[in-house]
Amino acid sequence: MASPQNFASKLTALVVDDHKIYQKVHQKMLNNFGVKSHVVENGKEAVDIHWHGKKFDLILMDMDMPIMNGIEATKELRAMGVCSTIVGVTSRSTEEEILKFMEAGLDDYQEKPLTIPKLTSILHKIINSNPI
Amino acid sequence: MLGFGADLLWADMNRLLAFLFHQGVLDEQFLQLQQLQDHTSPNFVSEVVNIYFHESEKLLNNLRSLLMEREFSDYKKIEIHLNQFIGSSSSIGAKRVTSVCIAFRAASEQDNRAGCLRALEMLEHEYCYLKNKLHELFQIEQQRALAAGVRYPMQHQ
Repeated sequence: MASPQNFASKLTALVVDDHKIYQKVHQKMLNNFGVKSHVVENGKEAVDIHWHGKKFDLILMDMDMPIMNGIEATKELRAMGVCSTIVGVTSRSTEEEILKFMEAGLDDYQEKPLTIPKLTSILHKIINSNPI
Repeated sequence: MLGFGADLLWADMNRLLAFLFHQGVLDEQFLQLQQLQDHTSPNFVSEVVNIYFHESEKLLNNLRSLLMEREFSDYKKIEIHLNQFIGSSSSIGAKRVTSVCIAFRAASEQDNRAGCLRALEMLEHEYCYLKNKLHELFQIEQQRALAAGVRYPMQHQ
C-alpha cells in the first residue's frame, strides 16, 4: 500500500499522555509519517522538557493527566512563549471542557482516538504554514 | 501444501475479524491499529492489545474491590477508573466493552450501587469474551506467519 511516509520527516512532535496505549499508538502514527517523536507522561514533564531547551513542531496534549493536566500545561507553555502547534486530544468531550481546553491556548482539538486522516490533516497544516 | 495452509489460515483470520465486526465486538479503530503495523513493528497490534489486557485487568480488580467495600460510597473513584477503561477500550476498537463501560458510568453517576454491580458483571463478561477472541485471532495470525514462512524454502525445491 502506498503510504504518505516521510512527507513530514523534517517535523518533530511531543506526545503528552499518561496512557501507555495512546503513547504507543500516537508515537507509531507519527513515526510512520517520518516525524521524530518524544513521549512524556504528564503536563509537568512537557513543561520541563521545554525549560531544558527542547522545541517541537507539534505537541499532542492529553487533557486528563496526573501532576499537571493538559489545560494547565498548555497555559504554561504559552506563557513561556512556546509557539508550537498544540493539539488537544482527549476522550472527554463536554462542550464546557473543550472550551476550557481551547481557551488555554490550543490550536486545535481532536477527540481520541486520533486517526490517520486527522493526523495527516494536522501535519499538512503545519507544513503549509511553515514552507521551506 | 503449507502455502495452502497459510491461505486457509488467512481466510480463517478474516472470517473471525468479520464476525467480530458484525457482532459489534470490534470497530474500525482496530483496523487503524492493523494499518499501523508494518515490517518495522510486525507485532504492533498484539503489543498494544497486551498493554490493554494488562491495564484492563488492573481496572477490573479495582472496580470490583471498590464495589465490594462494605461502606462503599466513592462513586468518583469508580468514574475515574471507568474513564480510563473507556479510553483504553476505544483506543483498540473494543466497541462492546466501551458501551458497557459507558452504561456502567451512567449507573455510577446516579450513585446506583446495584446498577453498578450488574454493570460490572456485564463488563467482566464482555471483557472475557473479547480477550478470548483476540487471543484466538493472534494464534491464527502466528500460525499463518509460520506457515507462510515455511512455504518460501519449499518453492525453491
